[in-house]
Formats: sequence, structure tokens, C-alpha cells
Amino acid sequence: MTNDTEELHDLRLVVNGTPYEISVPARRLLSDALRHDIGLTGTHVGCEHGVCGACTIRMDGKPIRSCLLFAVSAQGAEITTVEGLTRSDGELGPVQQAFKECHGLQCGFCTPGFLTTITAGLEENPRPTREEAVDMIAGNLCRCTGYQNIVDAVLRASEIADEQGGEVSA
Amino acid sequence: MTTKLIGEKVQRVEDERLLRGLGQYADDLVPGALEAAVLRSPHAHARIVDIDVSGVLDIEGVHAVYTYDDLTGAMADPLPLLIPHPSLTQGRTQYALAKDEVRYVGEAIAFVVADNRYLAEDAVARIQVRFEHLPAVVGIDAAREASNAVHDDVPDNIAARFEQRVGDPASAIASAPHSLELDLHVERSASMPMEGRATVARWDNDTHRLQVWSSTQTSTGLRAAVAAKLGLDLAQVDVMTPDVGGGFGVKIVHPWPEEVLVPLAARTLGRPVKFTEDRREHFISSAHERGQDHHVQVGFDDDGRVLGLSVRFWHDHGAYTPYGLIVPIITSTQLLGPYKPGSYEVTFDSLYTNTVIVTPYRGAGRPQGVYVMERTMDAIAQRLGKDRTEVRAANFIQPDEFPYDHGMTFQDGRPLIYDSGDYPGLLTKLKDLVGWDDFESYRDNARAEGRRVGVGLACYVEGTGVGPYEGAHIQVETSGRVKVAIGLTSQGQGHQTAFAQIVAEELGVPFEDVELVSGDTRGMPYAVGTFASRAAVMSGSAVALTARMVREKALRIAAEALECSVDDLDINDGVIGVKGAPDSTIALGTVAVLSNPLRYAFDEASQAATQFSVGDPGKPPVAEDDEPGLEGRDFYSPERSTFAAGMHAVIVETDPETAEISILKYAVVHDCGTLINPMIVQGQIHGGVAQGVGGALYERMEYDESGQLVNASFMDFLMPYVTEVPTSIEIDHLETPSPLNPLGIKGAGEAGVIPSSALFASAIEDAEGFPITSMPISPSELFALRSTHEDRR
Ligand code: FES
Ligand code: FES
Repeated sequence: MTNDTEELHDLRLVVNGTPYEISVPARRLLSDALRHDIGLTGTHVGCEHGVCGACTIRMDGKPIRSCLLFAVSAQGAEITTVEGLTRSDGELGPVQQAFKECHGLQCGFCTPGFLTTITAGLEENPRPTREEAVDMIAGNLCRCTGYQNIVDAVLRASEIADEQGGEVSA
Repeated sequence: MTTKLIGEKVQRVEDERLLRGLGQYADDLVPGALEAAVLRSPHAHARIVDIDVSGVLDIEGVHAVYTYDDLTGAMADPLPLLIPHPSLTQGRTQYALAKDEVRYVGEAIAFVVADNRYLAEDAVARIQVRFEHLPAVVGIDAAREASNAVHDDVPDNIAARFEQRVGDPASAIASAPHSLELDLHVERSASMPMEGRATVARWDNDTHRLQVWSSTQTSTGLRAAVAAKLGLDLAQVDVMTPDVGGGFGVKIVHPWPEEVLVPLAARTLGRPVKFTEDRREHFISSAHERGQDHHVQVGFDDDGRVLGLSVRFWHDHGAYTPYGLIVPIITSTQLLGPYKPGSYEVTFDSLYTNTVIVTPYRGAGRPQGVYVMERTMDAIAQRLGKDRTEVRAANFIQPDEFPYDHGMTFQDGRPLIYDSGDYPGLLTKLKDLVGWDDFESYRDNARAEGRRVGVGLACYVEGTGVGPYEGAHIQVETSGRVKVAIGLTSQGQGHQTAFAQIVAEELGVPFEDVELVSGDTRGMPYAVGTFASRAAVMSGSAVALTARMVREKALRIAAEALECSVDDLDINDGVIGVKGAPDSTIALGTVAVLSNPLRYAFDEASQAATQFSVGDPGKPPVAEDDEPGLEGRDFYSPERSTFAAGMHAVIVETDPETAEISILKYAVVHDCGTLINPMIVQGQIHGGVAQGVGGALYERMEYDESGQLVNASFMDFLMPYVTEVPTSIEIDHLETPSPLNPLGIKGAGEAGVIPSSALFASAIEDAEGFPITSMPISPSELFALRSTHEDRR
């Protein structure tokens, strides 16, 4: 397929509350659209085949792998990326804060996917047990941390959200 | 001194940025850059008869296509052999783009630049290559057999044969009361950082300068390689690595073909160009490690004391040797661990195979060495019917024997002399932590419940902080803020925090005022790289020495300004004060102004400085041996490596039906000398243990006999998720500071991963009651082993 035969599709996405209009080929991955067409490079790509979870975003509230979706299929969707987890006053959100306190990241490459996954997980189950915290992150790969501190961070995030009145997302 | 910061669990300053999605990894930079894709060999061994690129440039959006024939000058030469060694008589490296022949699946053949990666991949698919197939050499057995050769001019596939000997092990073994022979195998695994390789380059035609960003572990090394390959002066090239998404060794190779092809294309096209590899490319065209076969002969006395040890091993280094013999040399020396055998000899062959190249992966040859030695210790204990810890204790170097000279040469070409340590102390701590002495009763109870459990331990010594040097530059701004530049890159080890802790304590400034930039050749053009657990030792020492130098200069200038002696001064929280005279103070920022005789009043700090006068009016404003500015640059270059040590123990349970292996308890004792930030060290241990579990139980590179890597995805190459790692890790530290550097640091980056294969083999063997000699071990392999041993019973 050459460029001139590559038909572009107009697309409207609401990302972290801001509307974006972009034109992309049908085969453009949502992860690439977010990173390179919209310029939100916080969402990372570790495998591009749906296994590592680094590219996890929230689409209409659900955690999904943006490397497994064509951007065009997200037409009209409400998306939250890692950039949207920070609170409106500029402070770190509860999950971000917990990662910082618990040393839940090293290189930080897998981190955006964990943060979005856990934010969605805690909304569903605000007070997880340790085992439930493990389950919550069991689909994401991290090559640096060995996960123990990430599990701690899930539990700590639940506490912080509680202290702040129960809101886990920004 | 201000507050004590070295040794404190300071929260990381880099996290804010990374947690907000504001990291700057190579692929995040230079939006709008053209993108590259690589045509890679689909065959493990073939002659290239013809490459047809016609029509590729006709595709709209495609800007360039390169094959070997388009390369000129140094670009047309083979890539560098980074670490030559006299034993490496048949070293070979690949070309940036294959010339005439390909020797592994994944070798780069053509390079295409287009508007975006999708189009570049389309274009790659258009290229037609005619191959003439050649027989592939896959695995150590095939390489040794040498019925086929990877390189025509190396018919035996042996790139290097290396030997070292201390004493006369052959006769020691022959005359020893007991002797044993073992064959031990370890599979290939890989670093597999979550971020793959990525390079971006921008050529500025007005200034004739090249900017390169790469996810490398060595920006200075890459800079030199790019300059050499592109025929540029070093001064025309800047290499920056703001954030790197994990390295674990694989990103120390410099240059990767793409790291020189991207700058070449950027210069030729006059447009920024980017290459970001995908995961399959990472599997088939970066690097692996670990694959080795070992044969051990050992002679020992009734106490289990080793009298003679002879090790012969074969190292599979893949199709080329860009990184020399580092991995097998480390295995051959570091397998001695905390022990002092009566005599020792080692010989290895480094072998060509038609598979991906091998370069250091976290631990770098040590996991294999420790596996060899610790399996040997376990076998001795088994033969003598002794406790495994007793046999080890009988062989330990004792605390009063340091510095301990093994009489061998280490990886850095320096003598293998351990600086400090306390191995019996570590063992005592480990036994307590895991409950070694209570294990038999635990096992009995488990047995009564129909469960199979086993305990294992493994000890290691890790040469850390290899030279030759690292440097630091520290500048105090007139605002009082302290800017630090080191040449090392960071792949997540928290350098911005750990080194700021050192500067804050050594210089006497608030931690928040220190800002560190790493991996940017503009700030520190002399550096080696982040690998071999050397960052804390080397850069930490350089940072400390430089901070002391700046402190000295600050005190000298302040003494003049305050008209007192240097000895009366102290720096606290960024303010220099006269001891016992609380009103006599001068801010460090003010001293920075005074340090520069150019006194335009740019800001309040310079106005404040006008109340002080420094310098002898009878002499030039800048003295002969001085420089303007409150800054300093210093280097640390050690005589030889430091040697960290540690011991791990694990309790496993093996399922009697399914042979599934689960971890019940994991304990680590560790001595990395002075801890800069215990939280970061703990994180390094956690991460290392997870990688070790992967290497011991899951990860392997499955090559078929034609040289295809059949598990080149995260779906098929099993790396640990949270569900595969120990639920908790008990950690205890012992600190025997190194006498070789100003802070007594030893380095901790790789420790967690080093003993794992030995450890799990020991524990599984203990649970099952038959020898485990090949790692990693999967449930189905354990299941098969069980049937073999039942058959024999
Ligand atoms: S990048 Fe999407 S799951 Fe790995
Ligand atoms: S922090 Fe590096 S991959 Fe998770």
C-alpha cells in the first residue's frame, strides 16, 4: 500500500477531557495515534502484541491495551492516559503518589500502564486485600521492580484515596 | 556537614516526571522525525546473491533505502570489536548492513527511511533478496562438532580458547581423598528491557553538528562510534540519553547498526530520522546471554575442602563477537565465589553459532559461574553426607585474609584481588533469615501432609565497579543551586537521587538544591557507561571527590571574604559560616559570584557580593593556578574492582502430581559496602530476584535446528509477572566498606540475579532427591526427570 492510496479517516477523541480531531489511516494503532498524532507520549509501547500492558489506557472507563486497537475504532471515545491521572490542582493522583512513596518504579517505562490499570482496578475494588492487589496487576509486565513495591503501592493508593475522600482518579 | 544523607531512604526525585507521563525516552523525542525500518535476514545462514530495491523509492513517502553497496568509508567496514583480547584470535563483527552473507536470523540487510514506520515497513516488504542457503550451526554441540562453519575462515567455529591456572589441580584432584565430575548446562536468556532499542538523530546543516538521542547505556561510547563511522570530529557530535526504559546490559553494545545508520540517514536527508525497534526485532537482532556447557572435575578432603578444581566450558557467543570475551572471562574467574580452592584451572572455548550475538546480561557470566561452583559444593556435600552450609564454610576465605589475591587475572585485566568481606558473617545471617537449622522439622511436617519441599542456598562474590574511570562536574550557580553532570546514563537506578544525596552531604547544601544531569555528552564528555554494577562505585566516588573539591574552593574564597581561616569555616544548608560566630555567614551562591572576578550586577546575588572583597589587589584577578567560577571537575579511577558478596536461600514446594514449582520463602543477605540509598538498593534486589526467577524457571531462547527463534514474543518467551515472583523477600545487609574508594561503596545492581539458577537447582534437588544439572527447569522437564529417576529406582 502506498501513501496516496492510503485513505485518511477523520477521528474525534476526547483525551483527558480535551477533544482532539485527527486524520489517520485505518491501520494506525491507537497507541501510535495517542503518542505521535496527539503528542501524549506518556503511553508506552513495550511489545505491540498485547502482552506487556505498558500501553494500557482507559477507554470509556475500561482499561484497554491501546496497541491492540486501531485508532479509528476509538471514534468518539473518552480516553484517559497517564497524563490524565494528575489532579486538577497539579498534584499527583493517589496511585501516582503511592508509586512514589513505595518506590514502585525504576526505569518508569512500564509505569503508565500500571498506573492506569490500578486506577481502574481501585475504582472497581477500592479496598483490595494483598491477593486482590496482586490479581489487579497480574496482566502487566515490569522488568525492573520485581513487583513487590508495586503491590505495596496498590494498597497504599487505596489508603491515600480513602484519606482524600475516596476518589482514586483525578 | 549539613544533614546526613548518604545511607538514607530518600524518595526519588526522578519519579515526579515519570509518574506524570513526562519521561523523555528516545521515541518520545523529535516529533515529526522520519522513521526507519530494517529488512532483516529471514535465514540463519545464507549467501546474498542479489538484492533488488527497484520500485521501493517510488512508494510515496519513502525517502531512502540503503543496502551495503550504499555504504562508503568507515561505514562500509565491519562494526567495531569493542573489547579485543589476545585469546580472541578469530574475532569477527558484522557490517552495519550485511555484505555478501548473513549469519543469523535478524541480521540487518537493508535500511529504509519513510514518513512513518508503517510506510517504511511496507517498503521493506517490497525489497527482493535472492539467497543461497548455507547450513546453519545451532547450539553448542553443533558448534563443537564443526561439521559446518559459521565463518568460512574459522572452520572449527572457535573464536577463542582461554586458559588460566593456579597451582596444579590435575595432581591435586588425582591425589585427593574424594573426587567428582559434573556436567552442567545453562540455556540462553536475554535482558529484555521493556523499552527496546531506539535512536533519533538530527543533523544541523548550518552548524555542521549532529545530535543523537539513543536508549543506550553509554552515550560517550556511542558518540565516539558515531563520529568514527560518519567521519566527524568528536566535537561535532552530541549524544543524549534523558530516560532509558531499562537496559540490563543489552544496551551497552555500541554501536548497534541502527545507531550509525540513523545518523547517516539524518545527515544525508537533512531531516531528523528515528528508529524504534519492535519487540520481535529486539528478540532476533539485539543480544542474548547465558548459554554455556560446563564440565567440572573436583578433588576434596573429608571436610569437603576443595583441593583441586578443574573446569572446562563452552560458551555460545552467537554469530559475531563485538563484545569480546567479557562474559566467559567473568564466568571463569567469578566462579570462585567466596571460596579458596587449593588449586584451580579453567579452560573455555568461545564458539560461533548461527544465532543472535551474545553480550553481557545483568550478572554477565556470573550466574553461570556461580551455578557451576554452587552445584559443585552441593555435590560435595551430597557425596560426604554433610550439611551444604558446612561444606561451604570449610572453603570460605576468612575475614582476616583480605585483601585476598586469587593469583588470577580479572575481566578488567587487573589481578583478581578481593578488597574486603565477611563470608562467615553472611552465612550466619542467611541461616537465621531462612530458618536453615529448623528446616528438617519443617520438611517432616510437610511430608506428613503429603507435600514435597526443599531448601537451597547459593553464595556469590561479584566484581563490581570496574574501571577505568568516571568523572563528575559540579557547578554552584549564583542562585546557590548546584548543577551536577555525570557521564553515566541511567536506566532506572535512581541516579538523580543517589548522586544528589552524595553531593548534598559532601558539599553541605540542601538536597533540593542539587540537580543532576546524566548521560549527556555536552555536560560530561568523558565516561564509560552504566554496567557491571559500577555506577555507584565509579560515579558515586567521582561525585564525592568533585564535591569535596568544590567545597574546598568555596571555603578558600569564603575565608578571604570573611577574613578568617579556612579551618574556622563550615558549610550548612548552602551557607558558609564561621564556627561559633552565627552572624558571620556568606551564602554559597554569593561565593559563586565572588569566584568570578567579572562583577556585573546581573542579579541580587551579585549585588550582595559587592560587600565582600576577595583577591590580593597586587596580583592578577584570576590567580595562576585558579579558574573563575565555583565549579570543579574530577575523576575517580580505581586501582582495581571492588567485590560485593551475598547469599540467597529459597524454600520451594514441588507439586507431586504436576511438578509445578512454587516459592514459599526467599531470603537475601547482601554486602555491597556502604549503602547510599537503602530503598534503591532494596529495589535493585527485588528486580534482580525477579529476573533470576525468570532465568531459573522460565526463560529460554528456543531455536529450531534451522536457526529460527521460535519464541520471539512475550507470548512465548516467559518473563515473570507478579504471580511468578516470591510474595515477599527477606533482606538483611552486612556492610564491609571497600577500602578502594572514598565512600566505601561496592555496587549492587546485578546481585539479585546472580545466584538464582544455582539456588533453584539446589532447592529443587533437595525437594526431589535427584540431581538437577540443566537450567532453567520447567514443570514438564521436572516431570520427565522424575520418571527417569523412578525408572532407575
Ligand atoms: S505494548 Fe500494548 S500490551 Fe505491550
Ligand atoms: S520500572 Fe522498568 S519496566 Fe517497570
